[in-house]
Amino acid sequence: MKAFLVANVALIIIAFGVNLALDNAGFSSANMTSDSNVRLGD
Amino acid sequence: MTLLRILLPLVFLVSFAGLSAAQDTTVNGVGVQPGKQTLADILARQRGEDVPFGAQVPRPAEHEAPPVSSQLGPLGGASDADLWRDIRADSGTSLSASNRGPAATVMMQESGIWWLDFRRGPLLTYGNAALAATVVLLAIFYLIRGRIKIEHGRSGITIARFKFIERFGHWLIASSFILLALTGLISLAGRKVLIPVFGLEAYSAYATIGKWIHNNVAWAFILGLVMVFVMWIAHNLPDRTDINWILKGGGIFGKGHPPAKKFNTGQKLIFWAVIILGGSISVSGLSLLFPFEITMFGPTFAKLNDMGVPQLLGFGPIEASLTPQEEMQYAQLWHAIISFVLMAVILAHIYIGTLGMEGAFEAMGSGDVDLQWAREHHSIWAEEMVAEKNKPASGAHPAE
Repeated sequence: MKAFLVANVALIIIAFGVNLALDNAGFSSANMTSDSNVRLGD
Repeated sequence: MTLLRILLPLVFLVSFAGLSAAQDTTVNGVGVQPGKQTLADILARQRGEDVPFGAQVPRPAEHEAPPVSSQLGPLGGASDADLWRDIRADSGTSLSASNRGPAATVMMQESGIWWLDFRRGPLLTYGNAALAATVVLLAIFYLIRGRIKIEHGRSGITIARFKFIERFGHWLIASSFILLALTGLISLAGRKVLIPVFGLEAYSAYATIGKWIHNNVAWAFILGLVMVFVMWIAHNLPDRTDINWILKGGGIFGKGHPPAKKFNTGQKLIFWAVIILGGSISVSGLSLLFPFEITMFGPTFAKLNDMGVPQLLGFGPIEASLTPQEEMQYAQLWHAIISFVLMAVILAHIYIGTLGMEGAFEAMGSGDVDLQWAREHHSIWAEEMVAEKNKPASGAHPAE
């Protein structure tokens, strides 16, 4: 079951890594329907 | 004849006299206009007297209809067709919004309500019913067939079936799919099922975490899908053994198993279901993850119309000019429907790989399977592996 454990560790790393990368790239799907000129929930 | 000449004018005059008498109503000496209620009537009713309604009830005032352009007119004031067309269809040039997003200037689109009704109605109901039916069918199958045993018992000899990288790819896609399925179901069933049970605040936490997991774990699923496709496509191309395997029903019932290579026809069907359905889920998922960037449905509908597919099925051309929101709505429905189908397929796969068949899980657990299991379920592949193992190493010479 080593492959299973390694795959799950990889899954966690990929998920956090992608999230970090997209955040750093300034991507936000929320910006497609709103932007900084529109204040929601402030 | 003379008498008739006298009588006819008389009848005529008498009839007019009757009419004028009917109009000349007088109540307590006060003249009353027909159909109109008097102050005396109202006061009499307030005193508790029984004043009949009927002819004395005021008739509705007869006025001319308000002008079309007035506030009470048929078009509700100023009618500006161009303005409303702009607001509805994202085709106008007179609108501007502070947000520069692709769909910012579409303020109204009719299909939103249809989509919402379908999403919380038939999609949720029939999707979950399909999953429940799959579980019930598998349970019935288990009760009838029981666990598929290794017919001639374990040999005690194992052979390598899947390498580490193959099992890694399988588990990457498996773990991510389970997470995506659970969080997807939470997202879909939230408002109708989970909020009434857990409440708004508890569901909010589920939904926030679930959304994060769904959006970010999706990439692991896509990576696993690519890995599995590259590693196993050569073993999953159809060949002549598949015909025999299908004709014998895969040996599910009765004794004996049809010969098969590394992947039998059932596994090939699972493979292609995962690749095609999983690929479609991935593309529609990317379309949802990057809103309005990937348009799948408008161009597809246009191509189908050009090919005459809807017309062939007896429908008119499908509306191919979609608003950005409609693209997203179709992507969401497609994503969910195909996911339900794949979930049902994967439930069957999990069943046969664990509870349903002795010796099957080891292929993805340790990577090694019992030789007898391999001979029963993948006889051609097993013989190839045995022959390869017995083959003398290159450069070695047989003893003289």
